[in-house]
Amino acid sequence: MSVTSINSSTTGTGVALPVVEAEHLGLTFSTNDGDVVALSDVNLTIEKGDFVSFIGPSGCGKTTFLRTIADLEQPTSGTLRINGQTPENARKDRAYGYVFQAPALYPWRTIEKNIALPLEIMGHSAQQQAERIKRTMDLVNLTGFEKKYPWQLSGGMQQRASIARALAFDADLLLMDEPFGALDEIVRDHLNSELLKLWDRTKKTICFVTHSIPEAVYLSTKIVVMSPRPGRVTDVIESNLPRERPLDIRETPEFLAIAARVRDGLRAGHSYEEVM
Amino acid sequence: MNRVLPILTILVAILAFWYAAAIWMNAPWQNILNGRANLENVPFLEFAQQTWAQDKPVLPAPHQVFSEIWNATMGLEFTSRRSLALHAWITLSATLLGFVLGTGLGVVLAVAIVHNDAADRSLMPWIIASQTIPILAIAPMVVVGLGAIGLTGLVPKALISMYLSFFPVVVGMVKGLRSPEAIQLDLMRTYDANPWQVFWKLRWPAALPMLFASMKVGIAISLIGAVVAELSNAAGGGLGVRLLTGSYNGQTIQIWAALFIAAGLAAVLVAIVGAAERMVNARNGVRA
Repeated sequence: MSVTSINSSTTGTGVALPVVEAEHLGLTFSTNDGDVVALSDVNLTIEKGDFVSFIGPSGCGKTTFLRTIADLEQPTSGTLRINGQTPENARKDRAYGYVFQAPALYPWRTIEKNIALPLEIMGHSAQQQAERIKRTMDLVNLTGFEKKYPWQLSGGMQQRASIARALAFDADLLLMDEPFGALDEIVRDHLNSELLKLWDRTKKTICFVTHSIPEAVYLSTKIVVMSPRPGRVTDVIESNLPRERPLDIRETPEFLAIAARVRDGLRAGHSYEEVM
Repeated sequence: MNRVLPILTILVAILAFWYAAAIWMNAPWQNILNGRANLENVPFLEFAQQTWAQDKPVLPAPHQVFSEIWNATMGLEFTSRRSLALHAWITLSATLLGFVLGTGLGVVLAVAIVHNDAADRSLMPWIIASQTIPILAIAPMVVVGLGAIGLTGLVPKALISMYLSFFPVVVGMVKGLRSPEAIQLDLMRTYDANPWQVFWKLRWPAALPMLFASMKVGIAISLIGAVVAELSNAAGGGLGVRLLTGSYNGQTIQIWAALFIAAGLAAVLVAIVGAAERMVNARNGVRA
C-alpha cells in the first residue's frame, strides 16, 4: 500500500483538521416561485479518511451540499470549512476531485486526453501528465483504452474514466455525486467494490451521494441521512463494518441492522413530508 | 453502380427536359426567322435543331452553354477580357477574402456575445437588422462610396461578401460556444480553470461542428455577395459583370455560362469546407 501520493492536509501544528466542517449551514435559493430552502441548519464533520455517504429522497439537498463543499453553490448562512479553509480557497487549491452524475467526458478528447485535462489546466509537465495518466488508468482498470474516444466505451467504463480524471491531480478529497446512478446493478456492484479498494489503497476522503441504501451501507464509514423540505440532516450513522468488505457482507446481520436504521431515518423524513 | 444509376437517370431527365423546354421557348422566334426566310413546313427534327442553335435564344440548349464555357475558359488566353476563367478568378478572390473576413468577424462577435451580457443585448439586434436590409440596395452604396474615397477593386467586393457571410457564423458560433453542458462547465470550475482555458479547452472545440455548418452557408453566400457587388462596378470584371453585360446585349448563352461557372464555383467551395470539416472531425474522434 502506497501513501506517497497523498498530500498532507494537516496544519503546521501537526493536528489533523477535519476535511469538511459544516456549522449551521443553510442555503436558500430564490426562485420566481419564492424561496426554496435547499439546506437548513446542517452540522457535520468529516474526518480525514472517512467514506461518507449522503442518502435521501430527491430534493433533500444532498447534491446541493456536495456542490457547496465544491464551491459550485454558495451557502446563505452558517459556516463551511474545507481543510480549515473557505470552500473558494479550497477549490483554488484544487483540494478535491469531483465526479458528476454523468461522466462529462469531452467527446473530442481520447480517454487519456480527458484524464490529462485537469493536469493541463494545472500546468503539469508532459512527463508528469503521462505518468499520472498511466497510474490513474491503472487504478480504475482502464489500461489499454488510452486512445479510445468516450463513445467507444460502455457507460461503466466512461464513469471509471471520469473517476480517473478526478484522481489524476491527487486531491485528498473525492466528491462523488451519484456516480453509478445511471448504471445497471451488476456494473454498479462491481464498481462499488472497486471503489472500496481504491479508497483503501489511496486513503482518500470520499463524499458520496446516492439513492441506494445497500450502496450507502456497503461503502461508508459514515452515513448521513437527509430529508427534504427543508433539506436537512436527520441522522448520522457511524458504520461498524470492517474496512475490508467482500460483496457478500451485505447478507450479514450487522449490515442489515445498519440498513434498517437508514431505512427508518428515511421513513421518518418522509412522514414529515406528508404532514406538510 | 447502384449509386451511379440513379444519378445518371436524374441527369438524363434534366437534360431531356431542358432540350424540350428550349424547343418550346425558342419556337416563337424561330417561327419568325423561318417566316422571314420563307421557309415553310420545316420537319420537326430540323426545327428542333434550329431552336437549339440560335444566336440569342430565350433558353440556350445545354450544349450551347457548355461549349461557351469551354471556349471562354480553355479557348481564350487567361488575360483576355472575355475569358471566363479570368472573371471567375476575380469573383473567387473577392469571395475568399470576404469569406475569411466574414468568418473572422463572425467568430469575434460570437465570442463577445457569449462572454459579455451587454454585448449580447446591444449587438444581436443590430446583427439581425443588418440582414434585413436588401443587399442589392446596400452593395452599390458601399462600392460607389468606397470608390469615391479611392478604394476600388477587390476590397469593396470582399466587404459585401463579408457583410453577408458573417451572419450565419455569428448565429452558429453563438449557439456552438453556448453548447457545453452545465456539468462540463462546472468541471472547469472545479479545476479553477481561467476563462482562457475554458474557452480553448471547452467552448471552442464544442463549437467546431457549428462553425463548419455556418461556414458552408457562409462561403456560398460570400459568392453571391461578390457577384452582387460586381454588378455595381462594371469596369472591375468578374462573373457579375459577365451576367450584367450579357443581359444588356441579350447574350443569353453568356449569362448561362457565367451562371454555371458561379454555381460550380460555389459547389467546389462548399465541398472544400466539407473536406476540411471531415479532417477536423477525424482528428476530434467524431463518430463516422
